[in-house]
Amino acid sequence: MSQFAINLIFVGASFALYIGIAIWARAGSTRDFYVAGGGVHPVLNGMATAADWMSAASFISMAGLIAAGGYANSTFLMGWTGGYVLLAMLLAPYLRKFGKFTVPDFIGDRFYSSSARLVAVACLIIASVTYVIGQMTGAGVAFSRFLEVDSSTGLMIAAVVVFLYAVLGGMKGITYTQVAQYVVLIIAYTIPAVFISLQLTGNPIPALGLFSEHTESGMPLLAKLDLVVRDLGFTDYTADVSNKLNMVLFTLSLMIGTAGLPHVIIRFFTVPKVADARWSAGWALVFIALLYLTAPAVASMARLNLLTTIYPAGPTAESIDYEHRPNWIQTWEQTGLIKFEDKNGDGRIQMYKESPAFEATAEARGWKGNELTVNNDILVLANPEIANLPGWVIGLIAAGGLAAALSTAAGLLLAISSAVSHDLIKGSINPAISEKNELLAARISMAVAIVVATYLGMNPPGFAAQVVALAFGIAAASIFPALMMGIFSKRVNNKGVICGMLAGLISTLVYIFMYLGWFFIPGTNSFANTPDNWIMGISPLSFGAVGAVINFAVAFAVSMVTEEPPEGIQELVESVRYPRGAGTAVDH
Amino acid sequence: MAGDKEMAAAYWQANLRLIAGCLVVWALASYGFGILLRPMLSGISVGGTDLGFWFAQQGSILTFIALIFFYAWRMNQLDNKFGVHEE
Repeated sequence: MSQFAINLIFVGASFALYIGIAIWARAGSTRDFYVAGGGVHPVLNGMATAADWMSAASFISMAGLIAAGGYANSTFLMGWTGGYVLLAMLLAPYLRKFGKFTVPDFIGDRFYSSSARLVAVACLIIASVTYVIGQMTGAGVAFSRFLEVDSSTGLMIAAVVVFLYAVLGGMKGITYTQVAQYVVLIIAYTIPAVFISLQLTGNPIPALGLFSEHTESGMPLLAKLDLVVRDLGFTDYTADVSNKLNMVLFTLSLMIGTAGLPHVIIRFFTVPKVADARWSAGWALVFIALLYLTAPAVASMARLNLLTTIYPAGPTAESIDYEHRPNWIQTWEQTGLIKFEDKNGDGRIQMYKESPAFEATAEARGWKGNELTVNNDILVLANPEIANLPGWVIGLIAAGGLAAALSTAAGLLLAISSAVSHDLIKGSINPAISEKNELLAARISMAVAIVVATYLGMNPPGFAAQVVALAFGIAAASIFPALMMGIFSKRVNNKGVICGMLAGLISTLVYIFMYLGWFFIPGTNSFANTPDNWIMGISPLSFGAVGAVINFAVAFAVSMVTEEPPEGIQELVESVRYPRGAGTAVDH
Repeated sequence: MAGDKEMAAAYWQANLRLIAGCLVVWALASYGFGILLRPMLSGISVGGTDLGFWFAQQGSILTFIALIFFYAWRMNQLDNKFGVHEE
């Protein structure tokens, strides 16, 4: 059977499963549509949250980033998991007790202000739309590589599938599909990793293999990797970083951003009790960790495998002939994600780090520059081919990558459509809307959101990579502090929170625009985006944490000089702090 | 009713203390051992590298999981002790 047929079977079977679930789990009420009826078991919700959270970035890009950056990119591992500690302790249980449907719902009620609610809706929509573009383009890449359709056709297919289960089933359909998607994606991620770990270290558990002995050389795997990359002029894989302030702030921004992303928060509205919200955050992290503990192993092993492929006799010996390059390099060359240019005309592939320190060595070996450029994103997708694994593993990876992208896209689309139908239409424009019409409005806004996301996926703005950073920055600097102050302070009032959110949002946007271009228009940046120009060495991607601090400071200062929130609001804050009575609070 | 109010305040104080304690461990495992204190821990070797590298790539995640389950377990005890649990 051809590889194409195998991929088609795996992807087709997984899609059939999702559609089957959609038909089984249709939403009958707005409560079904927004919070899956509020009766999802905490372990199942943990699994759904894991799929919701782990996007194309976690599945496809993260291991590649770590492989390229080594220790320095551990920030992604810590940053994208540590936020769950904040969620479990600072947000999820209290927002579940509050018991309404959306994040702007809480901000609007707690700060007794429709302006605050609208600012929250705006932040939510910007953060979620930018995020969803990345998912749709990720799905497009997976389709075009594995199913040999062009990425626009692939996107259309993906959109139709998401449309079926998200519009029909709302949160209920999405929840049970996400559980299935989690199972698909974790199997797809783990199986190739186990094979590769066995090949390199003899240890079947990749997370342990990372710190074991490299069978062939008898050295610890990481020591061997350090040695190989050093011989080719790269920085040691395990080398420490000098700019610790930036590393801390970047990690903190990712953590706060994770805790503030609305599509993750609303997943905790679906469990029956407050205690379940706490357990569920723990289960979510367990399921996420199954991938996140494997990812650094995949990263280091794939890096070593790649360099061994190019230098079969070791990094100090001759590299391989271009004519005899393995099949997977040829396949990926066609997608443009691997590029080769024979700069010194010797017919061999040289891959190394060009730097002044390495220049003498390169010259002595007759090298005239690095000849192979490998896109970070292909590492996980090409992994089974690099390690010579059977064809069905490749089919599995295709289905897994699509599961990761589609599950996150569906969660984001739900967050967007509920903000539109519940907060904008019911909350501001037409409060008297009937239950039936609100459900219809929710379905229509979901359908519109899918069309917009698909369009943006087909015509991604040139700045797609930067806007994902923007999503985290916005969530960290605006939504997270507002929610936290709403729960932990009775003193912060409507004026304080609006000023705080705007200050956090605007300072973060300005700092990002200064280096990445005003409104992301290329060439309009005020300073070159290099570490020497960053204020105190803080990169624009790390600024979300600083924006959050500005938000807190402004909100407290303004609240102190203005009046206290009314009695009723202080009672509301009091009530979200105690679990008793959460079951009844949802009927409104 | 006054007794209820005092109980509720004591419950909230106990929750805040628990959160503070957990967040100290949270920060120590990631920002501490994983980033800032890594040079200090470089003498302790783990599988071809040092303890700080392990904390940055695996140890911090395992610590986070343990923290959330510990917090959920302790809060269930507090909910019952202060009589604010759900029926």
